[in-house]
Amino acid sequence: MNTIEIKGITKYYGDVKALDNVTFTMEKGKIYGLLGRNGAGKTTLLNLITNRIFPTEGEIRIEGGSIYENDKMLRNIFYMTEKNLYPGDEKLKNIFKWTRQFYPAFDIDYAKGLAEKFGLNINKKVKDLSTGYGSIFKAVTALASNTGIIIFDEPILGLDANHRDMLYKELLANYSQNPRTIIISTHLIEEVAQVLEEVVIIKEGKLVTKQPVEELLSGAYTVTGEASRVNRYIEGKKHIGGETIGNVKTVIVLEDINNKNKALAKELGIDFSKVQLQRLFISLTN
Amino acid sequence: MLLDFSGEKPIYLQLAEAIEDNILKGIFQEEAQVISTTEISVKYKINPATAGKGVNVLVDEGILYKKRGVGMFVSTGAKKKILKKRRKNFCQGFILPLIDEASKLDVTKEEIIDMIEGSFKNEYHRD
Repeated sequence: MNTIEIKGITKYYGDVKALDNVTFTMEKGKIYGLLGRNGAGKTTLLNLITNRIFPTEGEIRIEGGSIYENDKMLRNIFYMTEKNLYPGDEKLKNIFKWTRQFYPAFDIDYAKGLAEKFGLNINKKVKDLSTGYGSIFKAVTALASNTGIIIFDEPILGLDANHRDMLYKELLANYSQNPRTIIISTHLIEEVAQVLEEVVIIKEGKLVTKQPVEELLSGAYTVTGEASRVNRYIEGKKHIGGETIGNVKTVIVLEDINNKNKALAKELGIDFSKVQLQRLFISLTN
Repeated sequence: MLLDFSGEKPIYLQLAEAIEDNILKGIFQEEAQVISTTEISVKYKINPATAGKGVNVLVDEGILYKKRGVGMFVSTGAKKKILKKRRKNFCQGFILPLIDEASKLDVTKEEIIDMIEGSFKNEYHRD
């Protein structure tokens, strides 16, 4: 279990600013969702946390220690990358053995058990795996790494609904048994929303918010009604993502529903509804 | 137990209510062990903190209690407590929304009462 502190991180690739003065802390033992659109800087951030690239400015500390040239620390972070970086000609079971060389807590028996559950043949070579089984293999290796921090970058790429379901369940069972810090970076937000405890949302290299999912969702709601009435309702209120169909307008309002608002909405004949994480995400990052 | 992720109520409250429903129906008997937060978390694919929050609502109300290292149990008198609480919320939770919807549809008070009486006669014994 490890705390990750991101302090004033800026990262340039040549002239391109991938991350812009990002600061936040991930507490240990929670499941985080790292959400952002393509090119928002998610993978850059994950590469920085795992010391694969270096920041232009700022620093990252894990459990108070610097990650820079800190082997002991890095052996406690497993990073399942979106790309498959394993040698194609190698058999899966051999990669399990290698993985244990670098991650001493890697649990081979558990990895084999998971492989069997998913129908993954560990006598196969990496290059012979389909996209879906490639993802499963990487996810199984990550779950069995037994490290204090496990990072999944797009873990469900190419998985069918059944395998996705199994993966979420195995991840939660693993986490319940051994609480650790888990970061899931993904595009399929709605599906994973309930699995996450907190979300970190980034947009164009900047931090938009870092909040518990429940707090984020309870601090926003959708109002729907006749456009001019909705406009009257949202006057002076923080809102995002207006959408009009015919004469009906739907807007996300960023505040708690209180009694005063309820009364006003009733007076104006406006309906409230809960906002979904996916919708909120789209509006926050558009 | 069914949880509605797109529903209006927070998941932890839905979970607490689903457990209460099972106690009311006698599926979870008093002094019997109930499903653990880990089982809930895995089965419904929800974060264990959410599952724990739902269960803790019931612990705080004295409906469930924890036995250290063993698990979660239904308290004696839990059913009575739930009934009392639910009855208190019946007007707020069911009657007021009914009146709201009725006024949207121009259904009068007399019509509502007729419908209720009719339903009691014809359909109330459906199960």
